[in-house]
Amino acid sequence: MNIVEKILAKSAGREEVKPNEVIEARVDVAMINDITGPLAIKAFKEIGVKRIWKNKRVISILDHQTPANSIRAAEIHKTMRNFAKEQETPHLYDIGHGGICHQVMVEKGHVKPGELIVGADSHTCTYGALGAFATGIGSTDMGAVLATGKIWLRVPSTIKINVTGKIREPTTPKDLTLYVIKKIKSDGAIYKAIEFTGPTIKEASVSGRMTLCNMAIEMGAKTGIISPDEKTLSYVKKRTHENFKTIISGPDAKYEREVRLNIDNLKPQIACPNSVDNVREVEEVEGVKIDQAFIGSCTNGRLEDLQLAAKILRKRRVKRGVRLLITPASQEVFLKALRSGLLEVFVKAGACVCNPTCGACFGGHLGLLAPGEVCISTSNRNFMGRMGSPDAKIYLASPATVAASSTTGEITDPRRVEEIR
Amino acid sequence: MKVTGRAVIFGDNINTDLIIPGRYLTLTDPHELARHAMEPIDPKFPQKAREGVVIIAGKNFGCGSSREQAPIALKHAGARCIIAKSFARIFYRNAINIGLPVLESRKASEKIGEGELLEIDLEEGVILNKDKNQVIHADKLPRLILEIIRDGGLISHLKRRRKDEV
Repeated sequence: MNIVEKILAKSAGREEVKPNEVIEARVDVAMINDITGPLAIKAFKEIGVKRIWKNKRVISILDHQTPANSIRAAEIHKTMRNFAKEQETPHLYDIGHGGICHQVMVEKGHVKPGELIVGADSHTCTYGALGAFATGIGSTDMGAVLATGKIWLRVPSTIKINVTGKIREPTTPKDLTLYVIKKIKSDGAIYKAIEFTGPTIKEASVSGRMTLCNMAIEMGAKTGIISPDEKTLSYVKKRTHENFKTIISGPDAKYEREVRLNIDNLKPQIACPNSVDNVREVEEVEGVKIDQAFIGSCTNGRLEDLQLAAKILRKRRVKRGVRLLITPASQEVFLKALRSGLLEVFVKAGACVCNPTCGACFGGHLGLLAPGEVCISTSNRNFMGRMGSPDAKIYLASPATVAASSTTGEITDPRRVEEIR
Repeated sequence: MKVTGRAVIFGDNINTDLIIPGRYLTLTDPHELARHAMEPIDPKFPQKAREGVVIIAGKNFGCGSSREQAPIALKHAGARCIIAKSFARIFYRNAINIGLPVLESRKASEKIGEGELLEIDLEEGVILNKDKNQVIHADKLPRLILEIIRDGGLISHLKRRRKDEV
């Protein structure tokens, strides 16, 4: 079996499972946030069970509308806090204590290899970077999970994506991710899992692997996953003392198909409006004028991303007339960026550094776009209206491309920047 | 189990940000959500849907976020059924879980025109175009999913099952 089938077999208490079988699986960890949590809590209460299945296994994170930007958001946050209190769940990451849910889940040791994790957020697939089977679900499904600790799942068939070649700065794992989406397309993996393998993946950092798995959903996938290696284990062991069983794809693993990519000569990539699979090389769209640049989100708000942006912004300034917004993905990333002087670099360059939140990426608050405006963003979706007005345009690219573009006021290939060439 | 309504046609990759933009997700009243259904792509949708409609769409309907507010907004705006070439999986589960019927058919979007009157037999997966007197076959739904839809969603389904067991 491959890693996906092995984890699902374990969760179903079975020796073996096969693609397309429907199983009832035991969930190891469940995550809710402030946008989907209140509906899940409502569903849980309607089921009529008094206590959630395991209070230590339910993680609540406030991240989308934080700090509250409206009275409604404040009420929603209150619902989340009251639920955590009433159910005595020890893991509530409130404002100032966590950050973007997927980053917090990984940083705080709630994600362990070989586990089945469900989250009421589509980018839950990020945790596949640590070898967990993690998938996004809706609020009613989550209500049932809170009540029973179980979920029915159809075992997906798996696409294996084998990547060879070196990622050379200023090309980044984000460019690889966009390139993969270009090849698979936005509906190329509906109902399927994607396993990433090969020397390039082995070489990639945990942070880079998270970027890759994070965007598996943008191809319709149920999850993106990477078999754990020494890098994974050393990361996880620093974050949790709990035991876990490492699961990797077996030599007999079967796949629906295998896609081989060599990225030795990969140039910086960019997803053009209004679809994530509308991917081109940055050099093809250079010169498009921008109004806003955004570095952050569960896709690219980690320390490595900020370090790369700082290399570009250290000796440059954000072009007059352009807004550069930077949101570190978590309090931990924020503190590390503060201590290592990155935040000072950003502020001096004329960037606006915001608190860890999903705000700008999902068009909730902190940086919405006006009609006719153009934004270049490190986030994961460039759908029409995603970041504000339906008449605004969004381009998705790496932190290097976004930082470089913010200094020129137009889409700019980061290979033009001397310091990172 | 039959549903009827006039067809409203959409294309491929109708994502959850088009169905209900992120800035409305703090709304908790389904009817308030419904007022903004499809706003970025078709601001008149709630008006059109008031009498009850069937959404006909292309591939990958509902891609993007896990927000259950998306099928909730459509259902309360008046969508009685969605027929698409394919669905994104989280949306598909969410729609069923709130009792909004979803059918997959590769032919529906090619054969049905805007405003045509449809009658759908959910058990049989048969779409009758009353205006053209034409029958189109969709993929049949599995029994469990039909039961959940008949009960009005997963929660009522679980409640009924618990009652039946007692």
